[in-house]
Amino acid sequence: MTKNGRLSRWLADSQSPLDSAEIRALTEHAGDRSEQSTEAFDAREATRERKQRETVELERQLNRRVHEWSFTSGFRLLRRLYRVLAALTCGGIVFFLLLTVNALPPFGAAENPYNNEVSRRYIEDGLRETGSVNMVTGMILDYRAFDTFGESTVLFTGACAVLLLLKLNDCADGKPTKAWLEAEYDDRHHEPKNDQILQTAARALTPVVLLFGLYVVLNGHLSPGGGFSGGAIMGAGLVLYLNAFGFQNTERFFGYNTFRWTIFLALMTYAGLKSYSFYTGANHLESGVSLGVPGAIFSSGFILPLNICVGLIVMCTMYGFYTLFRKGGL
Amino acid sequence: MRLVQNVPFFSIMLCMVAGVGSAMLPRRGAQWLTAGLSAVICALNAWLLWFLLGYGKSYTYLMGHFPSPWGNELRAGTLEALTATVLSAVMLLSVLGGMRKAEEHVDLQKHALFYGMLDLVLAALMALIYTNDLFTAYVFVEIMTLASCAIIMARQVGHTMVAAMRYMMMSLLGSGLLLIAISLVYNLTGHLLMEPIRDSLAALVKTGAYRLPISVIIGLFFVGLGIKSALFPFHTWLPDAYGYATPTASAVLSSVVSKGYIFLLLKIFYRMIGIEVVRADHALALLFFFGLTAMVLGSVTAIRSHDLRRMIAFSSVAQIGYIYAGIGLGITAGVIAAMYHLIMHSLGKSMLFLSAWGLSDASGDSKRFADLRGAGYRYPKAGAAFTVGALGMVGMPVLGGFCSKLYFAGAAFQAGGASMWFLLCALVVSTLLNAFYFMHTVTGLYRRPRDGFEPKPFSRPRLTTVALWAFAGLNLLLGFFSQPLMQAIGDGLAMFS
Repeated sequence: MTKNGRLSRWLADSQSPLDSAEIRALTEHAGDRSEQSTEAFDAREATRERKQRETVELERQLNRRVHEWSFTSGFRLLRRLYRVLAALTCGGIVFFLLLTVNALPPFGAAENPYNNEVSRRYIEDGLRETGSVNMVTGMILDYRAFDTFGESTVLFTGACAVLLLLKLNDCADGKPTKAWLEAEYDDRHHEPKNDQILQTAARALTPVVLLFGLYVVLNGHLSPGGGFSGGAIMGAGLVLYLNAFGFQNTERFFGYNTFRWTIFLALMTYAGLKSYSFYTGANHLESGVSLGVPGAIFSSGFILPLNICVGLIVMCTMYGFYTLFRKGGL
Repeated sequence: MRLVQNVPFFSIMLCMVAGVGSAMLPRRGAQWLTAGLSAVICALNAWLLWFLLGYGKSYTYLMGHFPSPWGNELRAGTLEALTATVLSAVMLLSVLGGMRKAEEHVDLQKHALFYGMLDLVLAALMALIYTNDLFTAYVFVEIMTLASCAIIMARQVGHTMVAAMRYMMMSLLGSGLLLIAISLVYNLTGHLLMEPIRDSLAALVKTGAYRLPISVIIGLFFVGLGIKSALFPFHTWLPDAYGYATPTASAVLSSVVSKGYIFLLLKIFYRMIGIEVVRADHALALLFFFGLTAMVLGSVTAIRSHDLRRMIAFSSVAQIGYIYAGIGLGITAGVIAAMYHLIMHSLGKSMLFLSAWGLSDASGDSKRFADLRGAGYRYPKAGAAFTVGALGMVGMPVLGGFCSKLYFAGAAFQAGGASMWFLLCALVVSTLLNAFYFMHTVTGLYRRPRDGFEPKPFSRPRLTTVALWAFAGLNLLLGFFSQPLMQAIGDGLAMFS
């Protein structure tokens, strides 16, 4: 029996037993497996489609209702009322604070309450008691050194909080993670590469900026400046270098581990030195720290190492913030 | 000076060194460092408390070689030592109880940072409790704020990000108001240490000069610290922050962080401005009113919430209201009751948070009340701890809550007048509401699970069990030994001024 013969028979509208068997296999109900039957499948599909349509319709209605509601007069009135009240509250607070400022002692007058024995001792005896020519440094690193330790720890806390939020895992199971690679790609893609003007300027400026920052830190007890300002200058120098030459170059000398160790050692040194002087001070022991000759670079006791510690912390924090916000890593 | 008198300084320094060192440690090292640190701090402060009970007066501690109006200073009395002991014990148990859960929630590479932040929270708490210097207090308020943000967002899901953002906005607003208040104080007095400020302010009040700035200062301190400790109208950051953070973080935030701010406010009102000045300024009446509103409305919101942890969070709003109402009463008995309530709440609320996490684990990671039905049978220890905590909050006799409510009522009778009636009514209403929502939850825990509920296997870490037992024991002890505790608080308060 050839195909031709079947076709001709089909055209002649006659059926062979074999054909009818084939037809039966295609159309007959397949036993108990009802889910394979076309009707059941169709019905299920229809239900699902209907449900889906209903859900979409419901959602659309809900959205429309919410949308319309946001334009109803009641809601608009409420929103407007809220804004008016917020403005009034702010205005009231500003008014009261201005009244308060107005009622304060006049700025800079000689008989003001803050020109009292506290500031007098800082000014008159500061040099003798702290050995620091720069009065402000003497005050923040000797008279009130505990507050400054707190301030440095605030910077550390801020850096840690940002690390906790933004740091991407650079590798998992020995392979770099996808997020890390994406961040690397984004960074290379969006930041200028080999910008001649920037690189030339940075090559000239970075050493000067870093040296100047170092000078401000080391002379904190002799001239205006100190750890906070000098550290900020050094941090700016590092950020400039990073912008000009990219991460591959900065990571050679300043990676995550350098960052961690520098902050850790600086804060530990600060804590150790100051703990010694707090403990001796509170227990009325002789601290035995020589203040040296005022005006010399090695003078004023612990203030020089403390300034260096604060400077390193500020520098690391500035640089760390910049890199973490830029690509989520150091 | 005896060695034990160095404890305030040792506590602060140890915590800060540990916090900084944690970033350098491996994961497990950092978590056990935090637990060990809290234990050591708790033991040290208990030693100090023991010494002070015999010593009978408070003392100041120079931070450096320069005395009072020039250098920084700490101060320790019975109340400070007691609060520090209890809160560091709560810290220890919260860290232990949530340790396994934190391993799930916090990215493993960031564990050390998370525990370092917890150490810094403890450092800030110690400093806020012991400092005698307004600016030191501000610096450590900053550390506390940043570290709390970090521990909220350590579990990185969308909800905690939003919560941490909101918390940061509100909390920084509070810090800003606090800073304005401090600079106004410095402008008027020229001092930053608490005793000299009090003397100069008393002289100013006597002459009647600068009345408006002094009122504004009181208001700014009150609102600034009120925002930070979630006093009623400023509490909107609280439910998400407490409800979605990892259990250690929720327990620490509700029991340690907010308590540090309240203690600072108490110190500012009692030691720095002088309670008579505050009372004359009607600021206390406002505090009292906000406290009463919080007591009632916090409970109402708790009833309306559909989720276990948010319910506990809103209950915190109500309990903070109790504390503020007690302080706002303006008499010693009220403040003693408030301090007792502070201790009771920090012990109870951290236990509730830990056990609520255990219960929702036992219910297929769901915190909806419908799924929690029968959870008390699936995880009996967490169920028992939750029941003890809930009964304590409601005020069941022999538990802490009963004593604190009794003392609040006693203080109300002592105050007399309209505030007596207000406080008594608020107490009754709030207790009824408390009983309603807590007992509703507890009975739900011991009912038949809903139809078709399939319990999934879950882990019951041994550390959590230990922490829950210890919490339950402490809550019972708190109820049994309320009298000596009240005595110690009263003595400490007498040393305050």
